[in-house]
Amino acid sequence: MFARLVYESFRRQKRRKVLAGVAITLGVTVATAMIAVATDIGDKINRELRAIGANLVITPQEDSLDVEIGGVNLKPPSDGAFLNEADLPKIKEIFWHNNVTGFAPVLPVTVSIEVNGRGRQDATLVGTYFAKHIPLGKEEFVTGVRSTYPWWKISGSWPADDSRDVLVGERLAARMDLKPGEQLAVSDRQLRVSGILSTGGVEDDQMVASLALAQEILGKPGAVRRIYVSALTKPEDAFARRDPKSMSGAVYDRWYCSPYPQSIAFQLVEAIPHSHAEQIRQVSQNEGAVLSRIEGLFFLITLAALFASALAVSAAMATAIFERRAEVGLMKALGAGQIAVAAVFFGEATLLALASGLAGFAAGAVLARQIGQSIFNSQISIQPILLPVILGIAVIVTFAGSAVAIRRAVSLDPVFALRGAQ
Amino acid sequence: VSEPVSHAPSNVARNVAASRVQAPHPSMFLRMLVRAAILRRGRAASALLAMVVAAAVTTTVLNLYVDVQAKLYREFRDYGANVILVGRDHSSLPADALSHVDSTLAGHGVAAPFAMVVARTTTGQPVVVVGTDFDRVRQLNRWWSVSNWPAAPQQALVGVRASSTVAPNSQPFDLAFQGRTLRIIPAGTVQTGAAEDSRIYLSLADFAAWSGVEPSTIEVAADGSPEKISAVMNQLAQAIPAADVRPVRQIVEGEARVLGKTRSTLLAATALIVLTSALCVLSTLMGWVSDRRRDFAIMKALGASGRLLNGFFAAEAAILGATGALVGFIAGIGIAAWIGRVNFHAAVVPRFSVLPAVLAGSIVVTLLSAILPISLLRRVQPAAILRGE
Repeated sequence: MFARLVYESFRRQKRRKVLAGVAITLGVTVATAMIAVATDIGDKINRELRAIGANLVITPQEDSLDVEIGGVNLKPPSDGAFLNEADLPKIKEIFWHNNVTGFAPVLPVTVSIEVNGRGRQDATLVGTYFAKHIPLGKEEFVTGVRSTYPWWKISGSWPADDSRDVLVGERLAARMDLKPGEQLAVSDRQLRVSGILSTGGVEDDQMVASLALAQEILGKPGAVRRIYVSALTKPEDAFARRDPKSMSGAVYDRWYCSPYPQSIAFQLVEAIPHSHAEQIRQVSQNEGAVLSRIEGLFFLITLAALFASALAVSAAMATAIFERRAEVGLMKALGAGQIAVAAVFFGEATLLALASGLAGFAAGAVLARQIGQSIFNSQISIQPILLPVILGIAVIVTFAGSAVAIRRAVSLDPVFALRGAQ
Repeated sequence: VSEPVSHAPSNVARNVAASRVQAPHPSMFLRMLVRAAILRRGRAASALLAMVVAAAVTTTVLNLYVDVQAKLYREFRDYGANVILVGRDHSSLPADALSHVDSTLAGHGVAAPFAMVVARTTTGQPVVVVGTDFDRVRQLNRWWSVSNWPAAPQQALVGVRASSTVAPNSQPFDLAFQGRTLRIIPAGTVQTGAAEDSRIYLSLADFAAWSGVEPSTIEVAADGSPEKISAVMNQLAQAIPAADVRPVRQIVEGEARVLGKTRSTLLAATALIVLTSALCVLSTLMGWVSDRRRDFAIMKALGASGRLLNGFFAAEAAILGATGALVGFIAGIGIAAWIGRVNFHAAVVPRFSVLPAVLAGSIVVTLLSAILPISLLRRVQPAAILRGE
């Protein structure tokens, strides 16, 4: 009898059920999309923040002081220690290798340059990766300044990592009157300028070439002065700043397995022999602040969205039940108890909430994907665990929305209800 | 005798009835509106509550959407300079350059001067020595991890890497530049993970007296939108022709990228929330109007015109919408201010420009959601409704 009542109610009152169902579906859609966006926004913004540049730097352990003013290196070029280029792929083998979005080695060399007899000039040539393909097992990892420094602008074209082309910083190029495609003599080698580089930083007074070329000019194959690493990190807290040497086993594991800038730096030192890794505080300290603000904002906005959609669902349910007072009156007049009447309504509400919740979840997942695609050019993934949570919330909210209306409907005297009085 | 007397009231009644048909009595109209709200306190209150919540949530997100950009600009200023002034051809900047920068910024930003030379320690190790204004640097480069800021003359801030080479036990040491020697007392170390770690920082007064070199660089962190920053750059370029004014693209472009994406996501969220709020209002009002179908039927049976009925229900909905919107607006501003305090540690400025949008939006949505059920009801015969069908 109960099943039949519920079934007939859905069959005969299609319009009302569709109206309430649409409200629940829309509410759940918004809730799902907002929860998905809010849980993923931290990761997305973290990736965007990588556009500000590397947040970790690896230097040789026994390095001499850098003596550099305005992009001009005054340190004797072969002075100090070097890292080994062969160790670079190990950066993608550390515990948090998936968080390493890119790295770029640098090797500055002081060279004297000459263009068609227009006078000699000393300048710094920096050897690095542009978009180097690094084999990692079966896969290839492409990294270099093109991904770690997205604000570098080139007029002309990027040199290939195996070419002997160079980029010339825009202020140096202006002083030497150089244009893309021209030849210049760098330490007695004829090289082609493939592009003019503009960065707004010290590189504007320098030249940039492939790492192999810089190593050849310096006469030190495999040498790397510094490695800049771009990694997704978690905002640092008091725990992150603790000294790993003073930690006990379990605490150390927890520290090691959290993507703090400190723990990733620690792992980089483990991976690269004779190295010292450190966070670049300008980048890493501030991204934590920006990230936590944006995450906090979206958490609160999501609360607002959940609240609004819960209210919309409740209002729709209340309306649907208010319209059916006469039915309640009839059921009660035929001898149904208050519990039986309430059970019918709650049964209907559960069914409606589950069906609409499923539809809303699917629609919300699509919406979240659309938002991810159009804003971040990457997908916002929905955790499957979200489905039972969302359905649970949908049922609870639908119940809560119906409860007041059902109570009022059930407590109504059948005589008044049937007569249509208030 | 009595005939003329008895005629008069019926004439009056007829006249009144005729005038009522043409123009509904305003006090009756008002009374119906007020009584409806009083008699169904519960229903009216729950409908109003839904309106208030919908308007409050909408106001909150709109306010945040308008204000959040300004808040995030401020967060990004902690990244340090976004504009840099350099003397042309590596020359020093004019002596009044910093005061020009300060007057151009007019409190909306920080600027710090830097002068640099390469000096040698007693062992012949070259090291970059920088003269600067510590108070300004402290505001500009908040990410510097400094153990102790110098306070007295001749005290210096030594980069952590320089420290281990020149003053491993933070003992005083000598620096020589062009034959002149300066005794330096390390006050503390600075750690940044960048070039600063290899440098020694002195106060500008000590530095100028020792080396005779004037600042060649001013780093500026200008507040505000990209348009404001480029306006500041233009003003600076005009005020100090001897300087080359450049944006720090690393910071400016990264900021634009992150802010753009955040704003777009927030816009999508705002659109969703406004849509949900409208939906909430719609289902509440549909309930409210269909709940009053008996009143509707009685009015219709007593001869109310379709226009009057529409006007009556529309007025009811509009009043509900406007009241809800006003109360919700106040609540929403409160919530936005609270979010500003909790999340950004700064007040979110109430944007009264949001009020007309919220008010107009609420009234439009309420009118729409009232008209929909009325047009459904109008097709029904009053008798059928009154019979309870």
